[in-house]
Amino acid sequence: MSSAALSIDVPRAEARERGAPRWAWVILPLLVLVVIFFYPLFFIVKQSLAGDAGPLTLAHYATVLSSGVFKAALGRTVEIAALSTVGCLVLGFVLALIVAFVPFPGSRVIGGFIDTILAFPSFLIALSFTFLYGSAGAFNFLLMDLLHTTEPPIDFVYTKWGVILAEVTFYTPFVMRPLLAAFSQLDNALIEVASSLGARPLRIIRQIIFPEAVPALLAGGSLCLLLTLNEFGIVLFIGAKGVITLPMVIYGKAIQEFDYTAGCVVAVVNIALSIALYSLYRFVLARSGGGRAVFV
Amino acid sequence: MEASTSRAKARAGGDGGARDDTPRRLSGIRFENVTVAYGATVALDDFTLDVAPGQVMALLGPSGSGKTTALRAVAGFVEPTRGRIFIGDVDVTDKPPYRRGIGMVVQQYALFPHMRVEDNVAFGLRANRCPRAEIPARVEECLRLVGMASYARRYPLELSGGQQQRVAIARALAIRPQVLLLDEPLSALDAQLRSGMLKEIARLHRELPDVTILYVTHDQIEALTLADRIAVMNDSRLVDVGSAQSLYQQPPSRFTATFVGNANLLPVTVDRWDEREQQAWVRLGDRMLEVMSHMPARPGEARTLCIRPHALALDGQPGCNAIEATVSEVQWRGSAHRLYVDVGGVEMWADSRPLRSPPSRGQRIVLHFLPGDATLLAGASVGAGTTAAAG
Repeated sequence: MSSAALSIDVPRAEARERGAPRWAWVILPLLVLVVIFFYPLFFIVKQSLAGDAGPLTLAHYATVLSSGVFKAALGRTVEIAALSTVGCLVLGFVLALIVAFVPFPGSRVIGGFIDTILAFPSFLIALSFTFLYGSAGAFNFLLMDLLHTTEPPIDFVYTKWGVILAEVTFYTPFVMRPLLAAFSQLDNALIEVASSLGARPLRIIRQIIFPEAVPALLAGGSLCLLLTLNEFGIVLFIGAKGVITLPMVIYGKAIQEFDYTAGCVVAVVNIALSIALYSLYRFVLARSGGGRAVFV
Repeated sequence: MEASTSRAKARAGGDGGARDDTPRRLSGIRFENVTVAYGATVALDDFTLDVAPGQVMALLGPSGSGKTTALRAVAGFVEPTRGRIFIGDVDVTDKPPYRRGIGMVVQQYALFPHMRVEDNVAFGLRANRCPRAEIPARVEECLRLVGMASYARRYPLELSGGQQQRVAIARALAIRPQVLLLDEPLSALDAQLRSGMLKEIARLHRELPDVTILYVTHDQIEALTLADRIAVMNDSRLVDVGSAQSLYQQPPSRFTATFVGNANLLPVTVDRWDEREQQAWVRLGDRMLEVMSHMPARPGEARTLCIRPHALALDGQPGCNAIEATVSEVQWRGSAHRLYVDVGGVEMWADSRPLRSPPSRGQRIVLHFLPGDATLLAGASVGAGTTAAAG
């Protein structure tokens, strides 16, 4: 007993003698976190409660949260995030099904391409949408030429649907990746046996594949909802008329109107929403066997 | 009208939607020159085989012999590069799997994990649009058939391997298939469960004599126990086909002799052959032996003699052949003694009943066997004394 204890205690004692205690290793990362994360967060919360120099009060919250601009932005943000997430789930599920179960040449290339999209900054998608479908975009030029018209026939980019489509395009791979991981774990014999029992492809998708994909869909969907809720680049670059989301309000208040307090109030609300959604995401991941669906 | 009825039956998965009083049409399986290739790799080569209706045909062979490919071709999961496959009189080569009306049981059970046992069994019935009111009774009937009626509300994960395999069989039988495909169904079970399931499958076949069964296995015991006929496969080709008994007692080839049961293969020279009695006299060293030979044998021809280890005995009867041998190893196996012996430089083994005083190593003994227990195979023995892996 004593020898075993010694074998553990001696190296620890030596370590204490040789250098800094173990807790010292925490200091540096903690400092970095404090400087780049907690201090700005503290500053934002303080600014939202105290304004520029006043006492701590919830008055700023009452003012901002009751304003029409905030309510409209909150509604629009949730609407766009929800619709984009639904779009990502539907498109991601269909595309992942095709990539995983329909043998075609180049499926591996497609898989690699999905990872590439994940590495892009989101505003690039918005930019490409403008080039392709904008009023002066390639498709409109082509169609105006074909239809002999002076008005661009495609006119959805600068609406909320343009934002939603761009977000669906950018965030769909975030659903596909965990789905493809889940599909790769699915025993092919399940599909074959179901088929031999008389099940057609749609029934197999509905009753065999979909139940197995639910954890991955929940994980990917939660992540999409979280990211689309905070999406700023796509909304800003598309510049859709009347599409004001919470990040846009924060930007407008803090940068354009120099109303830091209002900007911070909206930011705190946005952060609270994000943390709630992130908690949901982690909860779903933990409950649904995250190991099969995790990629973030 | 008749066509539409048969289409309806096909939709229902063979007889899957038929009521009990509906006369069942018996269907066999026919492979006609089926070849399956993946690029340059041939997985099944010019495979022709007839499985009669209601028969149990075992596809027996080592890994990579093409037996599973043949089964998957019947199921519709691999597309033949050449040849046709028939179930009954219907050419199913180009039909999708869900229109073939077959039941299938695979090695790892493949029960749907998110469904209860009863829903697993009902899956095929629902897929075949069996009347909703009939489903519970059909599910219960099938579960009772495999002794799993009391487990209907459980999930697959709550069952043992043997129980899961029973449910998989019930699920396959629920659609009342004309053809049941069993792909190494007992491989994932331990020895004791396997033995029990083997009995269960044999009983099921007795109770469902109309179902044609294609049983893929690499286990000779399973094949010999269950099959009416065995198709021995090797290197993507059919080697031999015949009844379990004939393949065991008169193996047509060296491969079958060693794969269907254990065998001692000895190099012999033909002395003479009696066509009427189907007997041959062959020379092993300086010994003359009388053996069975259904194939013509020319005097002076080098051939291979196949003797099953259990056919060799230490005590002889009148009319027995006798071989002098030197004991090289003695193994006690509880219910038997296994003697490894040397016969003029050729190694053999004999499985004898437990001996009161077994011979010792180096002792000279005489092994006896009846002429009917030894078969003359085609071709000379390659590598004298080649035997199957000891079982």
